[in-house]
Amino acid sequence: MIIEAEGWPGHRPGQHLDVRLTADDGYQAERSYSIASPPGEPLEITVEQLEDGEVSPYLVEVAREGDGFEVRGPIGGYFVWVDDGRPVFLVGGGSGVVPLMAMIRSTSGLTPMRLLYSSRTFEDIIYRQELEDRSGDRIEVFHTLTRGHPPGWTGYTRRIDNEMLKEVAWPAAEQPHVFICGSTRFVDAAADGLVALGYAPLSIKTERFGATGG
Amino acid sequence: MADDRRLDGNAIGGMMLELFGFEMTTATEVCATCGTADVMAQTEVYMDAPGTVVRCASCKAVLMRVVRGRDRTWLDLSGLRSIELPM
Repeated sequence: MIIEAEGWPGHRPGQHLDVRLTADDGYQAERSYSIASPPGEPLEITVEQLEDGEVSPYLVEVAREGDGFEVRGPIGGYFVWVDDGRPVFLVGGGSGVVPLMAMIRSTSGLTPMRLLYSSRTFEDIIYRQELEDRSGDRIEVFHTLTRGHPPGWTGYTRRIDNEMLKEVAWPAAEQPHVFICGSTRFVDAAADGLVALGYAPLSIKTERFGATGG
Repeated sequence: MADDRRLDGNAIGGMMLELFGFEMTTATEVCATCGTADVMAQTEVYMDAPGTVVRCASCKAVLMRVVRGRDRTWLDLSGLRSIELPM
């Protein structure tokens, strides 16, 4: 969904924004959404509807073009990529790919990037076509599907583990930037695996989101 | 799952921005209990309690509690020795 935010000061790849909805009786619900668009382009968020959520069902089912709501941001200075030419290793689980997409979309095309992206099923892969289109010498995309896969699937078919990280990640000696985003358990597993491969903990930037509550 | 409730300090970036007026996820906080210095983004955050609870990723002690009411916010920083803000 594209948001036109008056006075938006611009953002950096990896940042998020908060959406606040206020009911007639004053009750407020607030949720964070990662920004998917690169700096300088119309502000885009990707919303995954959670059945028992308070905000996502409104954004997906109710909100129509031209509707207004309160937005706060850009937020975050930690989970932000600054391109200094060093290789970038992105690890995303489910909708955790959204802030990583902002990084992929904002690359100059010179910095080597690798994305390891875990989805439940083939249909759950967000930005599947765009990722395929952007894949090339500088952007390499590796998929893994954890709950079934279509015939002829050539990607991984299991949860991210140390062996997979070893096959996909750059050697630690190349000092890549690392961004991991997904559920808490996903992020912990990927970060622990990279530390076991010799990555410095401080080189690994992580962002966790809850399994419920959207 | 208890583990899925645990978020990190990125999740309260917006709330902190509103309370402090600064981008706080890169602020360094020193735990009053164990002395560990860590950026806010790396702390452990629980948002499904009646308030928001921020814990030290190292010793798990409570660093900060935030409870929001309709027209006021309570902020308990007693678990913090110091906060260093990038300015």
